[in-house]
Amino acid sequence: MNVPPALQVEIFLYSSQAPPVEVLTRHRQAVTLLAKVRELHCNRDSGPPAASAKTIVDAVEIYLPLTGIIDFPEEERRLAREMEKLEKELTDRTTLVSIVYANGEIGTVEPIQEISKIVHSKGAYLHVDGTAACGQIPIDVKKEGIDLLTVSSNDMYGPKGVGALYVKEGIRLEPQLHGGGQERGIRSGTENLPGIVGFGKAAEIAKKEMSAESTRLIKLRDRFIDGLLKPIPYSYLNGHPSRRLPDNVSVRYSFIEGESMLLSLDLEGVFASSGSACTAKTLEPSHVLLAIGLKHEEAHGSLMFTLGRENTEEEVDYAASLMPNIVKRLRAMSPLTPKELNE
Amino acid sequence: MMYTQKVMEHFKNPRNMGEIPDADGVGTVGNPVCGDLMTIYIKVKDGRLEDIKFKTFGCGSAIATSSMITELAKGKTLEEGLKITRGDVANELGGLPPVKMHCSNLAAEALHAAIEDYHKRQKAKEVNK
Repeated sequence: MNVPPALQVEIFLYSSQAPPVEVLTRHRQAVTLLAKVRELHCNRDSGPPAASAKTIVDAVEIYLPLTGIIDFPEEERRLAREMEKLEKELTDRTTLVSIVYANGEIGTVEPIQEISKIVHSKGAYLHVDGTAACGQIPIDVKKEGIDLLTVSSNDMYGPKGVGALYVKEGIRLEPQLHGGGQERGIRSGTENLPGIVGFGKAAEIAKKEMSAESTRLIKLRDRFIDGLLKPIPYSYLNGHPSRRLPDNVSVRYSFIEGESMLLSLDLEGVFASSGSACTAKTLEPSHVLLAIGLKHEEAHGSLMFTLGRENTEEEVDYAASLMPNIVKRLRAMSPLTPKELNE
Repeated sequence: MMYTQKVMEHFKNPRNMGEIPDADGVGTVGNPVCGDLMTIYIKVKDGRLEDIKFKTFGCGSAIATSSMITELAKGKTLEEGLKITRGDVANELGGLPPVKMHCSNLAAEALHAAIEDYHKRQKAKEVNK
């Protein structure tokens, strides 16, 4: 095989049988969330399939509001209520609870360890979607009691189309694809070697840089949030101020709509996204924003930025400096704006 | 979202944006819950749309279609105004993304509502005479 020596080393490291200590380095082709629910569901002895499946969906549903941390003390109370609700919802037929480690849209980091305790006390498994969090904040599957963890390559600067599923020792999964028995029989089919190597390298870099980079990003994030909100009345932060992904900035402005803000920013070279229905194919506003208790019109006015390795203070200051004029112009056009704001 | 240059031009420089405080007819369509709300104000003289203005909460195409309808309608007779369709608005803008054709292309309806409001007010005036 004519592979450059450096690459050979990588191939050995990242696709060898021996799984390195970190979850990150278990490279597995991405498996969908739904697929995993089905797998576990087939493997669990207790409970008829239909009942379990429903409970799983319910558990996911009741969990969404957890991501909505807006007002701190109130949010802590809400969190407690949600935890109680989860405990009540789970029955001995519940097979699996699936939850995001941190929400990619509003950045809120969930209390995984506490959730895990509840889930395990009911004899269910906990699957965690770590795609947004992994590589940004440390995840400890053992300490936090995570049975299954999904991570994705492109969320940590790796190639697209590669993901990994961590499976705790002892959990057996039903194969999704049958054939050559690759990936220990769980996922047959020739491995995506270049993808796996790229993912492995990305994970290695993320692990090395995570601590310093997160510190830098948190500073940048908070500076940006201040810049976006302070000069503008009727502007709000979505999600928790501190229990938040280092790269996530999610805000909203009353009386105006997200896509028109995106277009205005786009014209100035700044790229963001919005939970507005107008930016979604479904024409429904973001279910996450609705789940945290926002009204439809509030969700429409949301704006999300994701920061990355290359972003600087100068850039976030520039982006923030554009907002007062954009908001003012759109508010002047909006019939919802109170008169005194336009004067 | 792929918008035509014309849509972007109207989005950047909307025509006839604002309110007419002493409007002869006002039409509001849409709903902030859906993400689009438009109000059209008209001033009528000798059966013609002498002045027309809009206020819109919504996405880029909602703003562009509002702006376009004011251009299309200004100076036209009320009958002509009622004949302007959402298809006309979209065509004048060089087309809209398919997903935007319904929800944010409400400007023609808002104009029609304003003209109907004008007629209603006229009738009320006659009754009061």
